[in-house]
Amino acid sequence: MSEPRLVEVRRNVLKQNDMIARALRERFRSEGVFVVSLVSSPGSGKTAFLEKILTLLRPGHRVAALVGDLATDNDAARLKRSQAPVKQIVTGTVCHLEAAMVQNALQDWNLRDLDFLFIENVGNLVCPSSYDLGESLRLVLMSVTEGEDKPLKYPTIFNSADVAIVTKNDLAVAVEFDWSAAQANVQAVRPGMKIFRVSTKSGEGVDDFLKFLAAQLAEHKSTTPA
Amino acid sequence: MHELSIATSIVDTAVEEAERRGVQVSAVHLRLGALSGVVKDALMFCWEVACQDTALEGSHLIVEDVPVVIFCPKCRDEQTVASIQLLACPRCGSLGSEVVHGKELEVFALEVEEVAK
Repeated sequence: MSEPRLVEVRRNVLKQNDMIARALRERFRSEGVFVVSLVSSPGSGKTAFLEKILTLLRPGHRVAALVGDLATDNDAARLKRSQAPVKQIVTGTVCHLEAAMVQNALQDWNLRDLDFLFIENVGNLVCPSSYDLGESLRLVLMSVTEGEDKPLKYPTIFNSADVAIVTKNDLAVAVEFDWSAAQANVQAVRPGMKIFRVSTKSGEGVDDFLKFLAAQLAEHKSTTPA
Repeated sequence: MHELSIATSIVDTAVEEAERRGVQVSAVHLRLGALSGVVKDALMFCWEVACQDTALEGSHLIVEDVPVVIFCPKCRDEQTVASIQLLACPRCGSLGSEVVHGKELEVFALEVEEVAK
């Protein structure tokens, strides 16, 4: 056999996903829908927060959601209580959503009928970070019960997100949550990241987030082709 | 834990390149960013399984770690950061930095031998 030689190939391993994500982002832009994804560990309150947001946005905006889980459509059933259209993506054994799953789920949807589409990822702070879903805004949620150092333990997912939401603030005193340490940790792994502090239960902080979303939508619509 | 599916994607990519070039792959050189979200040890652990029953069976995976490099708009310069837990500019401490390297997940090169005719 001949001597081995080195050939340069330079191929992005996730190119397939990135290409689908790019096509999705282009579709979302041309159809004028603002797409927000949510990532967090299991149990940090993604579904509760999203149900609240859908319910509060619905009088003034056209909203819908996709929700990913390994098994069950329990989360879709919860989100449907908001009266918004909701579709469950059951991933089976896959620990994260991929762009192709979003593309398949949206095949028969007319996105021009929507202002906001939310995509709730599988509860997992590791794997979703590698996969672009074509979203315009990625939220990473952490609850006060998880501890202030969550960003330091999972820097990659925080770095892949645009905005951090600290949830379950109604429990902050009980668990002696150190807000300034949490803020410093978020800034260390994702410098300049915007942070909202909310309680889905009491509604605290939710209005500020809704105002932020409305401003993002207005900006997005201003770039939508007529 | 998505390293097995990542390993399978790397194998698919390498097999495709090998077929196109008519060569046998003995090793795959991967560039892996510290912020890629992929764990090197887990990837190495999966490699043999991912290669099973493919043209890459018996090949090696060689991983080159790519550190995080940020661009600091204040210093107008690129800086390598020591830890993914602190992405502020190491020179001026500014928080406005952009990540320019460190998210790589790239099959950079293949060690190949011509297929015996």
